[in-house]
Amino acid sequence: MRRVFWAVFRRELAIAGRQRGALVHQLLFFVLIVALFPLGTNTDQTVLIAVAPAVLWMGVLLSVLLSLNGVFRADHEDGTLTQYLLAGEPLAVIALAKMIVHWLASAALLVVAGPVLMLMLGVSLDAWPAMILTLALGTPTLVFVGAIAAALTLRLPRAGLLLGLLVLPLYVPVLIFGAGVVRAAIVGLPYAGAVYIMAALCVLAITLGPWAIAAALRIGLDA
Amino acid sequence: MTSFTMGKSLRRRFHRLGSLPYFYDVSARWAIWLAVPAVVCIAYTVIAGLVLVPPDYQQGDVFRILYIHVPSAWLSLFAYTTMAGAGVVALVWRLKLAEIFIVAAAPVGASFTGLALVTGAIWGEPTWGTYWVWDARLTSELILLFLYLGVIALHQSIASPRTAGRACALLSIVGVINVPIIHYSVVWWTTLHQGATLSLSGGSHMESDMLWPLLAGALGFSCLFGWLTLWGMRVQLLWRERRSRWVMRRIVNG
Repeated sequence: MRRVFWAVFRRELAIAGRQRGALVHQLLFFVLIVALFPLGTNTDQTVLIAVAPAVLWMGVLLSVLLSLNGVFRADHEDGTLTQYLLAGEPLAVIALAKMIVHWLASAALLVVAGPVLMLMLGVSLDAWPAMILTLALGTPTLVFVGAIAAALTLRLPRAGLLLGLLVLPLYVPVLIFGAGVVRAAIVGLPYAGAVYIMAALCVLAITLGPWAIAAALRIGLDA
Repeated sequence: MTSFTMGKSLRRRFHRLGSLPYFYDVSARWAIWLAVPAVVCIAYTVIAGLVLVPPDYQQGDVFRILYIHVPSAWLSLFAYTTMAGAGVVALVWRLKLAEIFIVAAAPVGASFTGLALVTGAIWGEPTWGTYWVWDARLTSELILLFLYLGVIALHQSIASPRTAGRACALLSIVGVINVPIIHYSVVWWTTLHQGATLSLSGGSHMESDMLWPLLAGALGFSCLFGWLTLWGMRVQLLWRERRSRWVMRRIVNG
């Protein structure tokens, strides 16, 4: 089982390493959403600071959602997914390895970019740790939960819009706690409790998620 | 009859439910047993709620909408829970009827959720002075509506009915795990930035002549949910099995 995990892990890592352009796209999308937002309102610092946590987290939600859209597509098209299914190895372990690499290759960049963009919106440096912490705990949850729906809609044409409909309601807790912690940090309130809840959600998503993704892949391949 | 043969006959009755033609025939009879109490209870609730019950000493006549609002809000949660339960059955035992149940229950549950939201807004305008507040309960009800619509959208997008049913089963299980998390996160969010929230149950006590119509409404709406879902299941069943011989025979014979 451990052998399968590392084999898939190395394979995915190699593929991600050879598509460096794609890695940057998601980051650019995130930066664009956040950078365009002030253009839609005014440059009043108090307005920007008030909405900064929400804007940043919506940007994260949308860019993770878009990155998940094609997460199983290449594997499906070249038949790798069918081989995984036939391999007789636990599909959940394969899904776990694949999603961890997907997080490393795409969402991890957002964790770094989030605090930088926060500065652009005029939020003080004091909220940095909260932003990094919530992004590090929140993005794995987003990836694992979203991958369930991505697997279900694997073979559907125009799956992108449907994926948003299915996944965004499930992202509500991460949005509330993520943005809530950053907002609390900006005004100097304690936020440790909400961070613990985010950590709990993250653990829940990583442990239960792979099984649901595996079940969803079996269904999705039939569709 | 010994207990052994009784258990055996019970089990046989249960297994017969796996047979789709048998279910189709027997469900027509069950539907009547759900339709009659549904109509009677809801009629009683409406008449009692509109005429028999005295106006509330604080809210006046506005509160009467509660007799529709509260049962539909209860049913919106209950329906989603039953869908998730059926989802487990559908994925573990691959029972076709469980898949059909989810598909048929989703629009009914979504309608109850929509009804609860609309009646809540109508009630909120004279009472709170606004149609919508970002209150914890309202927000989680709205997200529940989106969860229902997600199940319906997924079902519509997948052409093969069996796969669509199983996909909806998995989605409702994932959704039901999320419903409490969403609810408590929304509660946390509203308490974070607006102090005390408006509460429907602010220490209020209900007189029994006001309570009975509400309980009758809950029973009536539950039967209505069962009835509409059962009927939806029959329609879904006919559509799925439209090429099979038993459906042909029943349609030819009327």
